Amino acid sequence: MKPSPFGYSRPASVDEALSTLAAHGSNAKVLAGGQSLLPILSMRLAAPHHLVDINRLTELDYVRLDASTVRVGALARHARVLADTAARVAQPLLAQALRLVAHATIRNRGTTVGSIVHADPSGEMTAVLALLGGSVRVASKSAHRDVPADEFFLGALESAVAPGELALEASFPVLGPRSGTAFVEVSRRQGDYAVCGVGALVELDGDGALSSARTAYLSVSATPLVLDVSEAGEDFAAAAALAHEQVDPEADIHATADYRRHLAGVLTERALRAAHAGAVERSAHG
Amino acid sequence: MADEEHFDVQLVVNGAAHNVRVPARRLLSDCIRHDLRLTGTHVGCEHGVCGACTVLVDGVAMRSCLLLAVSVDGSRITTVEGLTERDGTLSPVQQAFEDCHGLQCGFCTPGFLTTITAGLRTNPDPTQDEARDLIGGNLCRCTGYQNIVKSVLRAAEIERERAAP
Ligand SMILES: Cc1cc2nc3c(=O)[nH]c(=O)nc-3n(C[C@H](O)[C@H](O)[C@H](O)COP(=O)(O)OP(=O)(O)OC[C@H]3O[C@@H](n4cnc5c(N)ncnc54)[C@H](O)[C@@H]3O)c2cc1C
Ligand code: FES
Ligand code: FES
Repeated sequence: MKPSPFGYSRPASVDEALSTLAAHGSNAKVLAGGQSLLPILSMRLAAPHHLVDINRLTELDYVRLDASTVRVGALARHARVLADTAARVAQPLLAQALRLVAHATIRNRGTTVGSIVHADPSGEMTAVLALLGGSVRVASKSAHRDVPADEFFLGALESAVAPGELALEASFPVLGPRSGTAFVEVSRRQGDYAVCGVGALVELDGDGALSSARTAYLSVSATPLVLDVSEAGEDFAAAAALAHEQVDPEADIHATADYRRHLAGVLTERALRAAHAGAVERSAHG
Repeated sequence: MADEEHFDVQLVVNGAAHNVRVPARRLLSDCIRHDLRLTGTHVGCEHGVCGACTVLVDGVAMRSCLLLAVSVDGSRITTVEGLTERDGTLSPVQQAFEDCHGLQCGFCTPGFLTTITAGLRTNPDPTQDEARDLIGGNLCRCTGYQNIVKSVLRAAEIERERAAP
Protein backbone atom coordinates (compact mmCIF):
# COMPACT_ATOMS: atom_id res chain seq x y z
CA MET A 1 0.00 0.00 0.00
CA LYS A 2 2.31 2.72 -1.28
CA PRO A 3 1.36 5.60 -3.57
CA SER A 4 2.37 5.28 -7.20
CA PRO A 5 5.05 7.74 -8.40
CA PHE A 6 4.14 11.39 -8.90
CA GLY A 7 5.86 14.70 -9.51
CA TYR A 8 5.82 17.25 -6.74
CA SER A 9 6.01 20.98 -6.28
CA ARG A 10 5.81 23.10 -3.20
CA PRO A 11 4.96 26.66 -4.27
CA ALA A 12 5.82 29.55 -1.94
CA SER A 13 2.95 31.83 -2.97
CA VAL A 14 -0.64 31.56 -4.16
CA ASP A 15 0.35 33.02 -7.54
CA GLU A 16 3.02 30.37 -7.98
CA ALA A 17 0.56 27.65 -6.94
CA LEU A 18 -2.00 28.84 -9.51
CA SER A 19 0.62 28.90 -12.29
CA THR A 20 1.76 25.39 -11.39
CA LEU A 21 -1.82 24.13 -11.30
CA ALA A 22 -2.54 25.77 -14.66
CA ALA A 23 0.55 24.14 -16.19
CA HIS A 24 -0.42 20.64 -15.04
CA GLY A 25 -4.20 20.87 -15.59
CA SER A 26 -6.17 17.75 -14.86
CA ASN A 27 -3.01 15.71 -14.16
CA ALA A 28 -2.39 17.57 -10.89
CA LYS A 29 -3.96 17.40 -7.45
CA VAL A 30 -3.70 19.84 -4.58
CA LEU A 31 -2.13 18.43 -1.41
CA ALA A 32 -3.47 20.19 1.68
CA GLY A 33 -3.42 18.27 4.99
CA GLY A 34 -3.36 14.99 3.07
CA GLN A 35 -5.57 13.32 5.67
CA SER A 36 -7.98 12.21 2.96
CA LEU A 37 -5.66 12.32 -0.06
CA LEU A 38 -2.83 10.19 1.39
CA PRO A 39 -5.06 7.17 2.16
CA ILE A 40 -6.49 7.46 -1.36
CA LEU A 41 -2.99 7.54 -2.88
CA SER A 42 -1.70 4.71 -0.68
CA MET A 43 -4.66 2.52 -1.57
CA ARG A 44 -4.11 3.53 -5.20
CA LEU A 45 -7.67 4.68 -5.63
CA ALA A 46 -6.13 7.66 -7.42
CA ALA A 47 -2.82 8.16 -9.21
CA PRO A 48 -2.34 11.84 -10.08
CA HIS A 49 0.81 12.66 -12.06
CA HIS A 50 1.65 15.67 -9.97
CA LEU A 51 0.95 17.01 -6.47
CA VAL A 52 0.93 20.72 -5.68
CA ASP A 53 1.67 20.97 -1.97
CA ILE A 54 0.05 24.09 -0.44
CA ASN A 55 1.49 23.57 3.05
CA ARG A 56 3.93 26.47 2.66
CA LEU A 57 1.23 28.98 1.68
CA THR A 58 1.17 30.59 5.12
CA GLU A 59 -0.81 33.49 3.62
CA LEU A 60 -3.77 31.06 3.60
CA ASP A 61 -3.35 30.03 7.25
CA TYR A 62 -5.97 32.25 8.89
CA VAL A 63 -9.35 32.48 10.58
CA ARG A 64 -10.79 36.00 10.10
CA LEU A 65 -13.90 37.54 11.44
CA ASP A 66 -15.91 40.58 10.38
CA ALA A 67 -19.43 41.73 11.27
CA SER A 68 -21.16 39.20 9.04
CA THR A 69 -18.75 36.38 8.20
CA VAL A 70 -16.15 33.95 9.57
CA ARG A 71 -13.59 33.34 6.85
CA VAL A 72 -11.35 30.29 7.04
CA GLY A 73 -8.25 30.18 4.83
CA ALA A 74 -7.26 27.03 2.94
CA LEU A 75 -4.30 26.27 5.20
CA ALA A 76 -6.15 26.65 8.52
CA ARG A 77 -6.06 23.21 10.16
CA HIS A 78 -9.21 21.87 11.82
CA ALA A 79 -7.46 22.18 15.22
CA ARG A 80 -6.77 25.85 14.70
CA VAL A 81 -10.33 26.66 13.64
CA LEU A 82 -11.68 24.64 16.58
CA ALA A 83 -9.47 26.56 19.03
CA ASP A 84 -10.42 30.01 17.68
CA THR A 85 -12.48 31.57 20.47
CA ALA A 86 -13.71 34.55 18.45
CA ALA A 87 -14.93 32.28 15.64
CA ARG A 88 -16.64 30.00 18.14
CA VAL A 89 -18.56 32.90 19.67
CA ALA A 90 -19.49 34.38 16.28
CA GLN A 91 -20.66 31.06 14.80
CA PRO A 92 -20.90 28.30 17.43
CA LEU A 93 -21.80 25.65 14.85
CA LEU A 94 -18.17 25.62 13.65
CA ALA A 95 -16.79 24.27 16.92
CA GLN A 96 -19.88 22.14 17.63
CA ALA A 97 -19.21 20.28 14.36
CA LEU A 98 -15.40 20.39 14.32
CA ARG A 99 -15.05 18.54 17.61
CA LEU A 100 -16.80 15.63 15.84
CA VAL A 101 -14.40 15.66 12.86
CA ALA A 102 -12.00 12.72 13.17
CA HIS A 103 -9.46 12.50 16.03
CA ALA A 104 -7.27 15.24 17.43
CA THR A 105 -4.17 13.90 15.63
CA ILE A 106 -5.97 14.13 12.28
CA ARG A 107 -7.38 17.57 13.11
CA ASN A 108 -3.80 18.71 13.74
CA ARG A 109 -3.00 18.31 10.04
CA GLY A 110 -6.28 18.19 8.09
CA THR A 111 -7.68 21.49 6.86
CA THR A 112 -11.28 22.66 7.12
CA VAL A 113 -11.31 23.93 3.54
CA GLY A 114 -9.77 20.63 2.37
CA SER A 115 -12.57 18.67 4.00
CA ILE A 116 -15.15 20.86 2.21
CA VAL A 117 -13.43 20.50 -1.18
CA HIS A 118 -13.20 16.75 -0.58
CA ALA A 119 -17.04 16.83 -0.46
CA ASP A 120 -17.44 13.64 1.53
CA PRO A 121 -21.16 13.20 2.30
CA SER A 122 -20.04 12.11 5.79
CA GLY A 123 -17.92 15.22 6.35
CA GLU A 124 -19.34 17.48 9.07
CA MET A 125 -18.04 20.70 7.53
CA THR A 126 -19.83 20.10 4.22
CA ALA A 127 -23.12 19.98 6.15
CA VAL A 128 -22.16 23.09 8.13
CA LEU A 129 -21.40 25.08 4.96
CA ALA A 130 -24.70 23.95 3.41
CA LEU A 131 -26.81 24.63 6.51
CA LEU A 132 -25.42 28.11 7.04
CA GLY A 133 -25.54 28.99 3.34
CA GLY A 134 -21.82 29.75 3.22
CA SER A 135 -19.60 29.92 0.16
CA VAL A 136 -16.16 28.95 -1.10
CA ARG A 137 -13.75 31.32 -2.85
CA VAL A 138 -12.06 29.50 -5.72
CA ALA A 139 -9.21 30.80 -7.84
CA SER A 140 -7.54 29.82 -11.09
CA LYS A 141 -4.68 31.57 -12.85
CA SER A 142 -7.17 33.68 -14.79
CA ALA A 143 -10.10 34.30 -12.42
CA HIS A 144 -11.52 34.24 -8.91
CA ARG A 145 -15.09 33.19 -8.16
CA ASP A 146 -17.29 32.75 -5.10
CA VAL A 147 -19.32 29.57 -5.21
CA PRO A 148 -22.37 29.40 -2.91
CA ALA A 149 -22.80 26.17 -0.93
CA ASP A 150 -25.85 25.04 -2.91
CA GLU A 151 -23.77 25.09 -6.11
CA PHE A 152 -20.56 23.78 -4.56
CA PHE A 153 -21.41 20.13 -3.90
CA LEU A 154 -21.97 18.26 -7.16
CA GLY A 155 -21.91 14.65 -5.95
CA ALA A 156 -20.28 12.33 -3.46
CA LEU A 157 -16.57 13.35 -3.35
CA GLU A 158 -17.22 15.83 -6.15
CA SER A 159 -17.08 19.59 -5.66
CA ALA A 160 -17.21 22.57 -8.01
CA VAL A 161 -13.43 23.02 -7.79
CA ALA A 162 -12.23 22.25 -11.31
CA PRO A 163 -8.78 21.04 -12.44
CA GLY A 164 -6.35 23.96 -12.34
CA GLU A 165 -8.27 25.64 -9.51
CA LEU A 166 -7.40 26.24 -5.88
CA ALA A 167 -9.94 26.85 -3.12
CA LEU A 168 -8.69 29.87 -1.18
CA GLU A 169 -11.17 30.15 1.67
CA ALA A 170 -14.56 29.12 3.00
CA SER A 171 -16.95 31.74 4.39
CA PHE A 172 -19.55 31.03 7.06
CA PRO A 173 -22.21 33.61 7.99
CA VAL A 174 -22.13 34.55 11.69
CA LEU A 175 -25.03 33.54 13.91
CA GLY A 176 -27.94 35.98 14.17
CA PRO A 177 -29.00 37.49 17.52
CA ARG A 178 -32.03 35.27 18.32
CA SER A 179 -30.61 32.08 16.84
CA GLY A 180 -29.10 28.84 18.06
CA THR A 181 -27.24 25.90 16.54
CA ALA A 182 -26.34 22.32 17.41
CA PHE A 183 -24.59 19.35 15.83
CA VAL A 184 -25.22 15.77 16.98
CA GLU A 185 -24.23 12.46 15.46
CA VAL A 186 -23.94 8.74 16.00
CA SER A 187 -20.67 7.05 15.06
CA ARG A 188 -19.36 3.57 15.77
CA ARG A 189 -16.45 4.96 17.78
CA GLN A 190 -15.63 8.48 18.84
CA GLY A 191 -13.83 10.19 15.93
CA ASP A 192 -15.15 7.85 13.24
CA TYR A 193 -17.19 9.08 10.32
CA ALA A 194 -20.81 9.33 11.45
CA VAL A 195 -23.39 6.68 10.61
CA CYS A 196 -25.74 9.64 10.62
CA GLY A 197 -25.39 13.21 11.87
CA VAL A 198 -27.62 16.27 12.03
CA GLY A 199 -26.84 19.97 12.31
CA ALA A 200 -29.64 22.38 13.25
CA LEU A 201 -30.17 26.13 12.98
CA VAL A 202 -33.15 27.63 14.84
CA GLU A 203 -34.26 31.29 14.72
CA LEU A 204 -36.75 32.99 17.02
CA ASP A 205 -38.82 36.10 16.30
CA GLY A 206 -38.98 39.19 18.54
CA ASP A 207 -41.59 37.49 20.79
CA GLY A 208 -39.44 34.42 21.29
CA ALA A 209 -41.53 32.15 19.04
CA LEU A 210 -39.76 29.87 16.59
CA SER A 211 -39.67 31.54 13.18
CA SER A 212 -37.36 29.24 11.27
CA ALA A 213 -35.82 25.79 11.75
CA ARG A 214 -33.46 24.14 9.31
CA THR A 215 -31.54 20.88 9.57
CA ALA A 216 -28.63 19.38 7.60
CA TYR A 217 -27.77 15.68 7.34
CA LEU A 218 -24.58 13.61 7.16
CA SER A 219 -24.22 10.23 5.52
CA VAL A 220 -27.77 10.03 4.10
CA SER A 221 -27.29 11.54 0.64
CA ALA A 222 -24.60 12.12 -1.99
CA THR A 223 -24.51 15.87 -1.36
CA PRO A 224 -25.36 17.67 1.90
CA LEU A 225 -29.13 17.55 2.42
CA VAL A 226 -30.74 20.60 4.05
CA LEU A 227 -34.38 20.49 5.17
CA ASP A 228 -36.64 23.36 6.23
CA VAL A 229 -38.73 22.00 9.09
CA SER A 230 -40.11 25.37 10.23
CA GLU A 231 -43.72 24.24 9.66
CA ALA A 232 -43.48 21.90 12.66
CA GLY A 233 -42.78 24.88 14.92
CA GLU A 234 -41.67 23.86 18.39
CA ASP A 235 -43.11 20.37 17.99
CA PHE A 236 -39.70 18.79 17.47
CA ALA A 237 -41.14 15.27 17.36
CA ALA A 238 -43.20 16.38 14.37
CA ALA A 239 -40.07 17.85 12.79
CA ALA A 240 -38.36 14.49 13.35
CA ALA A 241 -41.22 12.76 11.58
CA LEU A 242 -40.84 15.15 8.63
CA ALA A 243 -37.14 14.33 8.42
CA HIS A 244 -37.82 10.61 8.71
CA GLU A 245 -40.12 10.90 5.73
CA GLN A 246 -37.84 13.00 3.57
CA VAL A 247 -34.42 11.37 3.91
CA ASP A 248 -33.64 8.52 1.54
CA PRO A 249 -30.41 6.94 2.80
CA GLU A 250 -28.60 3.94 1.40
CA ALA A 251 -27.36 0.86 3.23
CA ASP A 252 -23.67 0.05 3.63
CA ILE A 253 -21.54 -2.16 5.87
CA HIS A 254 -22.07 0.20 8.83
CA ALA A 255 -25.86 0.50 8.81
CA THR A 256 -29.04 -0.47 6.98
CA ALA A 257 -31.03 2.24 5.23
CA ASP A 258 -33.83 1.82 7.80
CA TYR A 259 -31.48 2.31 10.73
CA ARG A 260 -30.04 5.45 9.12
CA ARG A 261 -33.56 6.83 8.53
CA HIS A 262 -34.40 6.07 12.15
CA LEU A 263 -31.28 7.93 13.31
CA ALA A 264 -32.09 10.90 11.06
CA GLY A 265 -35.43 11.26 12.89
CA VAL A 266 -34.07 10.81 16.41
CA LEU A 267 -31.08 13.10 15.82
CA THR A 268 -33.29 15.76 14.18
CA GLU A 269 -35.30 16.05 17.38
CA ARG A 270 -32.16 16.16 19.57
CA ALA A 271 -30.41 18.72 17.40
CA LEU A 272 -33.47 20.98 17.19
CA ARG A 273 -34.03 20.86 20.96
CA ALA A 274 -30.41 21.83 21.63
CA ALA A 275 -30.40 24.54 18.94
CA HIS A 276 -33.68 25.94 20.29
CA ALA A 277 -32.28 26.05 23.84
CA GLY A 278 -29.26 27.88 22.45
CA ALA A 279 -31.50 30.41 20.67
CA VAL A 280 -33.53 31.02 23.84
CA GLU A 281 -30.37 31.59 25.83
CA ARG A 282 -28.84 33.88 23.21
CA SER A 283 -32.08 35.93 23.06
CA ALA A 284 -32.01 36.33 26.84
CA HIS A 285 -28.50 37.73 26.67
CA GLY A 286 -29.57 40.23 24.01
CA MET B 1 10.60 3.57 -12.01
CA ALA B 2 14.33 4.22 -12.26
CA ASP B 3 14.03 7.83 -13.36
CA GLU B 4 11.72 8.86 -10.52
CA GLU B 5 12.63 12.35 -9.34
CA HIS B 6 14.23 12.54 -5.89
CA PHE B 7 14.18 15.41 -3.41
CA ASP B 8 16.60 16.48 -0.70
CA VAL B 9 14.83 16.50 2.64
CA GLN B 10 16.23 17.71 5.92
CA LEU B 11 14.72 16.46 9.15
CA VAL B 12 15.80 16.93 12.75
CA VAL B 13 14.80 13.67 14.34
CA ASN B 14 15.07 13.36 18.12
CA GLY B 15 17.56 16.22 18.08
CA ALA B 16 19.84 14.85 15.34
CA ALA B 17 19.91 16.43 11.87
CA HIS B 18 19.43 14.05 8.93
CA ASN B 19 19.63 14.66 5.20
CA VAL B 20 17.86 12.13 3.01
CA ARG B 21 17.15 11.93 -0.72
CA VAL B 22 13.71 10.49 -1.32
CA PRO B 23 11.07 10.30 -4.03
CA ALA B 24 8.03 12.54 -3.42
CA ARG B 25 5.85 9.53 -2.64
CA ARG B 26 8.00 8.43 0.34
CA LEU B 27 5.72 8.39 3.39
CA LEU B 28 7.22 9.94 6.51
CA SER B 29 6.64 6.60 8.29
CA ASP B 30 8.78 4.78 5.68
CA CYS B 31 11.38 7.54 5.71
CA ILE B 32 11.75 7.17 9.49
CA ARG B 33 11.83 3.37 9.42
CA HIS B 34 13.70 2.62 6.20
CA ASP B 35 15.84 5.64 5.43
CA LEU B 36 16.69 6.56 9.03
CA ARG B 37 16.45 3.01 10.42
CA LEU B 38 14.43 4.14 13.42
CA THR B 39 12.09 1.20 13.66
CA GLY B 40 10.43 2.19 16.91
CA THR B 41 7.70 3.89 14.90
CA HIS B 42 5.29 1.13 13.87
CA VAL B 43 3.06 0.90 10.83
CA GLY B 44 -0.26 -0.87 11.30
CA CYS B 45 -2.83 0.14 8.74
CA GLU B 46 -0.99 2.70 6.61
CA HIS B 47 -4.15 4.69 6.00
CA GLY B 48 -4.65 6.76 9.09
CA VAL B 49 -6.92 4.54 11.14
CA CYS B 50 -4.82 2.80 13.82
CA GLY B 51 -2.50 5.51 15.17
CA ALA B 52 0.51 3.18 15.59
CA CYS B 53 2.66 5.46 13.40
CA THR B 54 1.98 8.65 15.39
CA VAL B 55 5.03 10.94 15.79
CA LEU B 56 5.40 14.54 16.91
CA VAL B 57 6.01 17.05 14.12
CA ASP B 58 7.27 20.30 15.62
CA GLY B 59 5.76 19.06 18.88
CA VAL B 60 2.32 18.27 17.42
CA ALA B 61 1.02 14.68 17.21
CA MET B 62 0.45 13.52 13.63
CA ARG B 63 0.11 10.25 11.78
CA SER B 64 3.39 9.68 9.93
CA CYS B 65 1.70 7.39 7.37
CA LEU B 66 -0.46 10.35 6.29
CA LEU B 67 2.48 12.67 5.65
CA LEU B 68 4.92 12.81 2.78
CA ALA B 69 8.49 13.15 4.00
CA VAL B 70 9.09 15.85 1.40
CA SER B 71 6.13 17.85 2.67
CA VAL B 72 7.54 18.14 6.21
CA ASP B 73 11.05 19.05 4.98
CA GLY B 74 12.71 21.20 7.65
CA SER B 75 10.62 19.93 10.58
CA ARG B 76 11.65 18.68 13.98
CA ILE B 77 10.35 15.14 14.50
CA THR B 78 10.10 13.23 17.76
CA THR B 79 9.66 9.48 17.56
CA VAL B 80 9.25 7.02 20.41
CA GLU B 81 13.05 6.67 20.54
CA GLY B 82 13.24 10.37 21.42
CA LEU B 83 10.99 10.22 24.45
CA THR B 84 13.52 8.61 26.80
CA GLU B 85 15.73 11.07 28.59
CA ARG B 86 19.41 11.33 27.67
CA ASP B 87 20.55 9.39 30.74
CA GLY B 88 18.20 6.55 29.83
CA THR B 89 15.49 7.44 32.34
CA LEU B 90 12.10 6.49 30.95
CA SER B 91 9.85 9.47 30.23
CA PRO B 92 6.85 9.87 32.55
CA VAL B 93 4.54 8.32 29.96
CA GLN B 94 6.88 5.37 29.35
CA GLN B 95 7.30 4.84 33.09
CA ALA B 96 3.53 4.93 33.57
CA PHE B 97 3.07 2.20 30.94
CA GLU B 98 5.53 0.05 32.86
CA ASP B 99 3.88 0.82 36.21
CA CYS B 100 0.33 0.15 34.97
CA HIS B 101 1.00 -2.77 32.59
CA GLY B 102 -0.15 -0.52 29.75
CA LEU B 103 1.19 -2.80 27.03
CA GLN B 104 1.19 -6.45 26.06
CA CYS B 105 2.62 -7.17 22.60
CA GLY B 106 3.76 -3.53 22.30
CA PHE B 107 2.88 -3.07 18.63
CA CYS B 108 0.55 -0.15 19.27
CA THR B 109 2.63 1.32 22.10
CA PRO B 110 4.86 3.81 20.20
CA GLY B 111 1.75 5.54 18.86
CA PHE B 112 0.14 5.68 22.29
CA LEU B 113 3.32 7.02 23.93
CA THR B 114 3.73 9.86 21.42
CA THR B 115 0.02 10.74 21.41
CA ILE B 116 -0.16 10.83 25.21
CA THR B 117 3.10 12.79 25.52
CA ALA B 118 1.69 15.57 23.32
CA GLY B 119 -1.76 15.34 24.92
CA LEU B 120 -0.45 15.85 28.46
CA ARG B 121 1.36 18.98 27.34
CA THR B 122 -1.95 20.61 26.43
CA ASN B 123 -3.88 19.02 29.31
CA PRO B 124 -1.52 18.12 32.17
CA ASP B 125 -4.29 16.97 34.51
CA PRO B 126 -6.87 14.99 32.51
CA THR B 127 -9.99 13.41 33.98
CA GLN B 128 -10.71 9.75 33.25
CA ASP B 129 -13.05 10.83 30.41
CA GLU B 130 -10.46 13.17 28.95
CA ALA B 131 -7.87 10.38 29.14
CA ARG B 132 -10.20 8.13 27.11
CA ASP B 133 -10.79 10.92 24.65
CA LEU B 134 -7.06 11.47 24.25
CA ILE B 135 -6.42 7.89 23.15
CA GLY B 136 -9.65 7.55 21.14
CA GLY B 137 -7.77 7.60 17.83
CA ASN B 138 -5.36 4.76 18.69
CA LEU B 139 -6.17 1.09 18.33
CA CYS B 140 -4.82 -1.69 20.55
CA ARG B 141 -5.69 -5.34 19.94
CA CYS B 142 -4.29 -6.66 23.24
CA THR B 143 -4.92 -4.64 26.38
CA GLY B 144 -8.59 -3.76 26.27
CA TYR B 145 -7.51 -0.15 26.92
CA GLN B 146 -8.24 -0.09 30.68
CA ASN B 147 -4.58 -0.14 31.63
CA ILE B 148 -3.76 2.43 28.98
CA VAL B 149 -6.32 4.82 30.48
CA LYS B 150 -4.72 4.18 33.87
CA SER B 151 -1.31 4.86 32.32
CA VAL B 152 -2.46 8.27 31.07
CA LEU B 153 -3.56 9.26 34.58
CA ARG B 154 -0.41 7.78 36.13
CA ALA B 155 1.79 9.63 33.63
CA ALA B 156 0.21 12.92 34.64
CA GLU B 157 0.94 12.00 38.25
CA ILE B 158 4.60 11.15 37.49
CA GLU B 159 5.03 14.46 35.63
CA ARG B 160 3.84 16.26 38.77
CA GLU B 161 6.04 14.14 41.07
CA ARG B 162 9.10 14.86 38.95
CA ALA B 163 8.30 18.58 38.74
CA ALA B 164 7.92 18.83 42.53
CA PRO B 165 11.06 20.12 44.31
C1 LIG C 1 -9.07 8.04 10.35
C2 LIG C 1 -9.69 9.28 9.76
C3 LIG C 1 -10.93 9.70 10.22
C4 LIG C 1 -11.54 10.83 9.70
N1 LIG C 1 -12.76 11.19 10.18
C5 LIG C 1 -13.38 12.28 9.66
C6 LIG C 1 -14.67 12.67 10.13
O1 LIG C 1 -15.25 12.07 11.04
N2 LIG C 1 -15.24 13.76 9.56
C7 LIG C 1 -14.62 14.47 8.55
O2 LIG C 1 -15.18 15.46 8.07
N3 LIG C 1 -13.40 14.13 8.11
C8 LIG C 1 -12.77 13.05 8.63
N4 LIG C 1 -11.52 12.71 8.15
C9 LIG C 1 -10.92 13.51 7.04
C10 LIG C 1 -10.23 14.76 7.54
O3 LIG C 1 -11.18 15.68 8.05
C11 LIG C 1 -9.47 15.44 6.42
O4 LIG C 1 -8.67 16.42 7.02
C12 LIG C 1 -10.27 16.18 5.37
O5 LIG C 1 -11.24 15.37 4.79
C13 LIG C 1 -9.43 16.65 4.19
O6 LIG C 1 -8.65 17.74 4.54
P1 LIG C 1 -7.11 17.74 4.14
O7 LIG C 1 -6.63 19.11 4.39
O8 LIG C 1 -6.42 16.64 4.83
O9 LIG C 1 -7.20 17.54 2.56
P2 LIG C 1 -6.35 16.60 1.58
O10 LIG C 1 -6.42 15.19 2.02
O11 LIG C 1 -5.02 17.20 1.35
O12 LIG C 1 -7.22 16.80 0.26
C14 LIG C 1 -8.48 16.21 0.08
C15 LIG C 1 -8.98 16.52 -1.34
O13 LIG C 1 -9.31 17.89 -1.48
C16 LIG C 1 -8.45 18.53 -2.43
N5 LIG C 1 -8.10 19.82 -1.83
C17 LIG C 1 -7.75 20.05 -0.52
N6 LIG C 1 -7.56 21.36 -0.30
C18 LIG C 1 -7.78 21.99 -1.49
C19 LIG C 1 -7.75 23.34 -1.90
N7 LIG C 1 -7.48 24.34 -1.04
N8 LIG C 1 -8.04 23.64 -3.20
C20 LIG C 1 -8.34 22.65 -4.07
N9 LIG C 1 -8.37 21.35 -3.74
C21 LIG C 1 -8.12 21.01 -2.46
C22 LIG C 1 -7.30 17.60 -2.65
O14 LIG C 1 -6.78 17.73 -3.95
C23 LIG C 1 -7.94 16.25 -2.42
O15 LIG C 1 -8.61 15.84 -3.57
C24 LIG C 1 -10.88 11.58 8.68
C25 LIG C 1 -9.64 11.18 8.22
C26 LIG C 1 -9.03 10.04 8.74
C27 LIG C 1 -7.69 9.62 8.22
S1 FES D 1 -0.14 3.11 10.33
FE1 FES D 1 -0.54 5.22 10.38
S2 FES D 1 -2.45 5.29 11.33
FE2 FES D 1 -2.17 3.16 11.08
S1 FES E 1 -0.31 -4.06 23.20
FE1 FES E 1 -0.65 -5.34 21.50
S2 FES E 1 -1.71 -4.03 20.13
FE2 FES E 1 -1.60 -2.85 21.92
